[in-house]
Amino acid sequence: MLPLELHELSFTVGNAAIIRGISARIEAGPRTVILGPNGAGKSVLMRLCHGLLKPSSGRIVWQGAKNGDERKHQAMVFQRPVMLRRSALANVMYGLKLAGKSRSQSELRAMDVLEVVGLAQHAERAARVLSGGEQQRLALARAWALGPDVLFLDEPTANLDPASTQDIENIINAIHASGTKIIMTTHNLGQARRLGDEILFISNGRLMEHTPIDRFFKQPVSTEAASFIKGEIPWQ
Amino acid sequence: MNSLVEAFGAAWRLIAGFDDELAQVVGLSLQVSLTAVVIATLIGLPIGAMIAVERFRGRQTLIVLLNALMGLPPVVVGLVVYLLLSRAGPLGSLGILFTPTAMVIAQTVLITPIIAALSRQIIEDAWREYDEQLRSLGAQRLNAAMTLIWDTRFSLLTIVLAGFGRAAAEVGAVMIVGGNIAGVTRVMTTTIALETSKGDLPLALGLGIVLITLVIVLNALAAVIREMALRRYG
Ligand SMILES: Nc1ncnc2c1ncn2[C@@H]1O[C@H](COP(=O)(O)OP(=O)(O)OP(=O)(O)O)[C@@H](O)[C@H]1O
Ligand SMILES: [Mg+2]
Repeated sequence: MLPLELHELSFTVGNAAIIRGISARIEAGPRTVILGPNGAGKSVLMRLCHGLLKPSSGRIVWQGAKNGDERKHQAMVFQRPVMLRRSALANVMYGLKLAGKSRSQSELRAMDVLEVVGLAQHAERAARVLSGGEQQRLALARAWALGPDVLFLDEPTANLDPASTQDIENIINAIHASGTKIIMTTHNLGQARRLGDEILFISNGRLMEHTPIDRFFKQPVSTEAASFIKGEIPWQ
Repeated sequence: MNSLVEAFGAAWRLIAGFDDELAQVVGLSLQVSLTAVVIATLIGLPIGAMIAVERFRGRQTLIVLLNALMGLPPVVVGLVVYLLLSRAGPLGSLGILFTPTAMVIAQTVLITPIIAALSRQIIEDAWREYDEQLRSLGAQRLNAAMTLIWDTRFSLLTIVLAGFGRAAAEVGAVMIVGGNIAGVTRVMTTTIALETSKGDLPLALGLGIVLITLVIVLNALAAVIREMALRRYG
């Protein structure tokens, strides 16, 4: 699957350019953090990479993927996950069954991941009545259960309390350690520092830098990144 | 005034005593309208789901048309079905005019657009919310459509109940294609119309009470189902 190559990727809606000519090469291995202010285009970029949106121009190339089956090797946790109107367990089993797993295989796997994200005791509860934070864990469990090569995480801890954030960060690291490529967004600098190996900094639809984590925080190249790090988001 | 009170009294006695004629008319009404709503759902729901998740040329026009068909006047539906089924009509050889089957056909034509249009709306709203998530989880079009139908099943059920209510309360179509023949094609609404004009108020009133009760029960049922589903599934 990897590396993932983006060639002059652009996405426009009407007259609004949301992603502007992004080129990058994302390698297997390092945890990639897409960083940038609200509205920079992080979520759109991720949905483009995941194949949910069609680029207006430019190309997305997954190494060695045959046409159309790229998404089978990927999974994504959305910024606002959509829970199906069924139990937490059934939500996790849904994707597994679509992937051709038997009912019993799906259930075993689903219970395993629910256990890991700390939702085993809520397995039979309706997913939509779970709290925001619980739904976010469930979304992570549902994506991870698919055993993807690449896992996209769009603000995976946005609704979580500090203890839960810690839990989820540990799980993300475990997933990384198991060999799954992590590509995530956040606008939490602390989280970027804790989880990131490399940073893609996006501002206003443009890729401003693509650097290893240390260099990004010590000597950012762009003024946008520098002021973002200092906490001064430029007024636009 | 007195005669009105008497009529009410007589109507109650008919209902409470399970009067044969009344029971038969109510029975046929339920049979015809339930059959019609089942067929209309089997046709209308897939159409609604298909229009909701597919993008094709003329889709918008089809939606406008479908919405307009929701307001079809029952007498016009009755007239058209009559013309089709009458001896000189294209389906005249079936010989089903003035039978309950003809009434089922007319009511099916009447409520299929309602079920298709309303389910299209509900499924499309859900589709907007679910689309990317379902694709991400690996769902193809057909999987997605089934998932959406399943996830909106309680809202869809209220549509089916509404369709049933509309069918049972409709008079024009069944009157024309059924002919209101005693013991054969008389349903609640057509009997009410006939008995009122004949001045037999107790039977008309008795049927009116049953009909209104039915409509209220259906609406209450719809409300309870929604409420229960919301509490149970969020
Ligand atoms: N379908 C769309 N139509 C029009 N504008 C859109 C659409 N999708 C996204 N946008 C716009 O694109 C910009 C980038 O959106 P995106 O969701 O990628 O931001 P983000 O970087 O993820 O922000 P946040 O940190 O708040 O999640 C926003 O200004 C948004 O309004
Ligand atoms: Mg976002």
